[in-house]
Amino acid sequence: MAEEKKPGLFEKGGKLYWLHSTIDAFDTFLRVPGTVTAKGAHVRDGIDLKRVMIMVVIALVPAALFGMYNVGLQTSLTYGLDWTFWHMFWYGLLRMLPLFVVSYVVGLAIEFGSSQIRGEEVNEGYLVTGFLIPLIVPVDVPLWMLALAVAFSVIFVKEVFGGTGMNIWNPALVARAFLFFSYPSSMSGSSVWVSKTWVSALKDVDAVSAATPLAIAHDGGVSALTSQYSFMDMFYGFIPGSTGETSVIAILLGALILVWTGVASWKIMVSSVAGGLLVGWLAQVGGATDIPCYYQIVMGGFLFGSVFMATDPVTAAQTETGKWIYGLLVGALAVVVRLWNPGYMEGMMLAILFMNTMAPLIDHCVVTAHINRRAKKVKTA
Amino acid sequence: MSNQLDLKKGLDIPVKGAAAQKVVKTVKPGLVAVKPTDFKGFLPRLLVKEGDRVLAGSPVLADKQDSRILVTSPVSGTVAQVVRGEKRKLLAVLVQADGKQEYVDFGSKVPATAGEARDLLLKSGLWGSLIQRPYGVMASPDLRPKAIFISSFSTAPLAADTEFTLGDRLADIQAGVNALGLLTDGGVHLSVNKAVFSGSPFHKVEKAIVHSVSGKHPAGNVGVQISHIAPIQKGETVWTMPILLVAALGRLINTGKLDLTRKVAVTGPVVADPAYVTALPGTPVKELTEVPQDARVIGGDVLSGETLGAEGYLGFFQDQLTLLHEGTEREWFGWAKPFRPKVHSSSWCYFSWLTPGKKYEMDTNLHGGPRAFVETKCFEDVTPMDIFPIYLIKACLAGDIEKMEKFGIYEVLPEDLALCDYVDPSKNDIQAIIQQGIDLMIKEMA
Repeated sequence: MAEEKKPGLFEKGGKLYWLHSTIDAFDTFLRVPGTVTAKGAHVRDGIDLKRVMIMVVIALVPAALFGMYNVGLQTSLTYGLDWTFWHMFWYGLLRMLPLFVVSYVVGLAIEFGSSQIRGEEVNEGYLVTGFLIPLIVPVDVPLWMLALAVAFSVIFVKEVFGGTGMNIWNPALVARAFLFFSYPSSMSGSSVWVSKTWVSALKDVDAVSAATPLAIAHDGGVSALTSQYSFMDMFYGFIPGSTGETSVIAILLGALILVWTGVASWKIMVSSVAGGLLVGWLAQVGGATDIPCYYQIVMGGFLFGSVFMATDPVTAAQTETGKWIYGLLVGALAVVVRLWNPGYMEGMMLAILFMNTMAPLIDHCVVTAHINRRAKKVKTA
Repeated sequence: MSNQLDLKKGLDIPVKGAAAQKVVKTVKPGLVAVKPTDFKGFLPRLLVKEGDRVLAGSPVLADKQDSRILVTSPVSGTVAQVVRGEKRKLLAVLVQADGKQEYVDFGSKVPATAGEARDLLLKSGLWGSLIQRPYGVMASPDLRPKAIFISSFSTAPLAADTEFTLGDRLADIQAGVNALGLLTDGGVHLSVNKAVFSGSPFHKVEKAIVHSVSGKHPAGNVGVQISHIAPIQKGETVWTMPILLVAALGRLINTGKLDLTRKVAVTGPVVADPAYVTALPGTPVKELTEVPQDARVIGGDVLSGETLGAEGYLGFFQDQLTLLHEGTEREWFGWAKPFRPKVHSSSWCYFSWLTPGKKYEMDTNLHGGPRAFVETKCFEDVTPMDIFPIYLIKACLAGDIEKMEKFGIYEVLPEDLALCDYVDPSKNDIQAIIQQGIDLMIKEMA
């Protein structure tokens, strides 16, 4: 008589089945699954989504490390504190740590729960999203707001569509947009981009203005901007701004990793920068602004968005021709918003979210054109 | 002057265990299987019963839809057993070979008309080697195809080197090509490996349109070649025949005997001494090679081959066996290690690119868990055809006939997109998805 096999603790029918996806996630995190191919090709490439996603996180590390240092630097500059390099870095690290913890704990908890409900394995996409979010919000954002934004974005932008790979918009950007539109006082103005929570509580000091280059240029044009920050300041990243976005060098290092490994499309990066330069140049020539077009690239979140956000393979255009068009429009729109929108000086977030929405349309046009060309070719052949 | 076709995209998978160019033994099989499952679209009706005597070339099975289409025995002997599976599905007819190998005499008249060529193919049981595109099913005898395509080489991992296996059978191949030429008005297209073009015996074949093809796998796939030479439109039909069976057809014409003997490449990382053996289709795997414990035996290559199992039998179309280790071991922090010298990856997220010439002892591990599609251009890089693989795959998943047509379902067989299986970081079974789409097309368009 065949003995009925008792289900394991975490298997279907087991007592702790509700933890199955979570356990599986940790288990496969530590050890590659022992699954063998059942149909199709008998051997498979070593690559999996865990590896792809961890590459993006590695690419983000230079920007994150520099950002932590810069958080301390900006605080010490603003309050006239005499801090050493390590003092600045530790300050930034300690200010950023709670953001990372909240982002990952809230996001992963929802991700694990949703995977369990769908009966799937946990997708690795949140490894990247959870790392991105702290880098694009103000350092001093209240943690409960961050938790709310993360929860909103993971549930309504990702899980309701079916998880990573199915979403239409970039979840990290939606978290930022959620904060921006729900709590504008914590997200805009000239003082939110420099951390002051601990300093002002400890010391009774007066802050000098700590507006971002984008805000200064928006209000006072190029002369006001260059009187405070040089181009090289912005290139190196010694300027106020969200943690990840300030250093062009750190971002380019990340871009190098992404392009080298093939995880992100260089076409989107290049065309986005080209789009920004083009509109910035047209505006300058046409007299709409006196800011040279290359400043548009180094100010604010333009480059960070072009390299890490617009290139998200899930929400970007998927056809190769479509990627050129998509990137170009992201860059162009971002600068258009910066120059012609009086209320909101950072256009990158909205440009990418808008183009995320349009990406399937671009792909549709590219694919339709391809089909028509094919049909013609076959007819003449 | 031949036509040039240089394909840039593709990927050669570096598996260890290529067969050395020597024949180590000639297998005289005891029990031989005739498997109706080798032929797509064939509904078997049994023509023999246990105890019947058959010759090499005697009909064993006929198609229920068209009784002219026969499957014949490759050996002479006695029908030993009829193997059935679930719902009494006919899986195989086992013939106990008598060791004398007596042949049915089909006469040595060279076919002069289309009708004669067709009749010869039908009654000898070689009709099944004609594959119809679209869909990759057995050809219909009442159709006249636009053209017939033969690829004289394979770029699949560790595939048998046709120059070695068939290089001395030029006369047979020429006779086969002549006969096939009668069946179409569009001519017989023969593609030759450009790398060895002038040294290759196949470029000497006459009465064929010769194409010189270069590129990584799947450049040797006949489907990829067709899509560049003459893409298949809706309503059109082309036929293909593996060069191995063209040679068998030629021998049939030249000698009057159905002799399916072939050199079979026994390959793969767990084979002690990979080399060729001479054998008939239907020979038990165990007689072809020693099968180590826990090895997966694949008839064909690692990308599109069929799992035969240690107790299985070599298929009608197969001239390669690949043996792989089942990769059930779990590697600690596999995905997080900077270097994984034992695992190959075509992605630059790993460092396999540092050792381009290295061959790997690949196993059957999936190297990850199944996920939703996250496209990073990897499918396009390995698909040298004028299609968008991801859109075709999604149309197949959605079962959208109109979109499948537009995205090129008529031009592909699963084997042409087999590399997508390999490179996909989301570990989807692309070939199964394409087959599902093709099956739906057959059902809906019939």
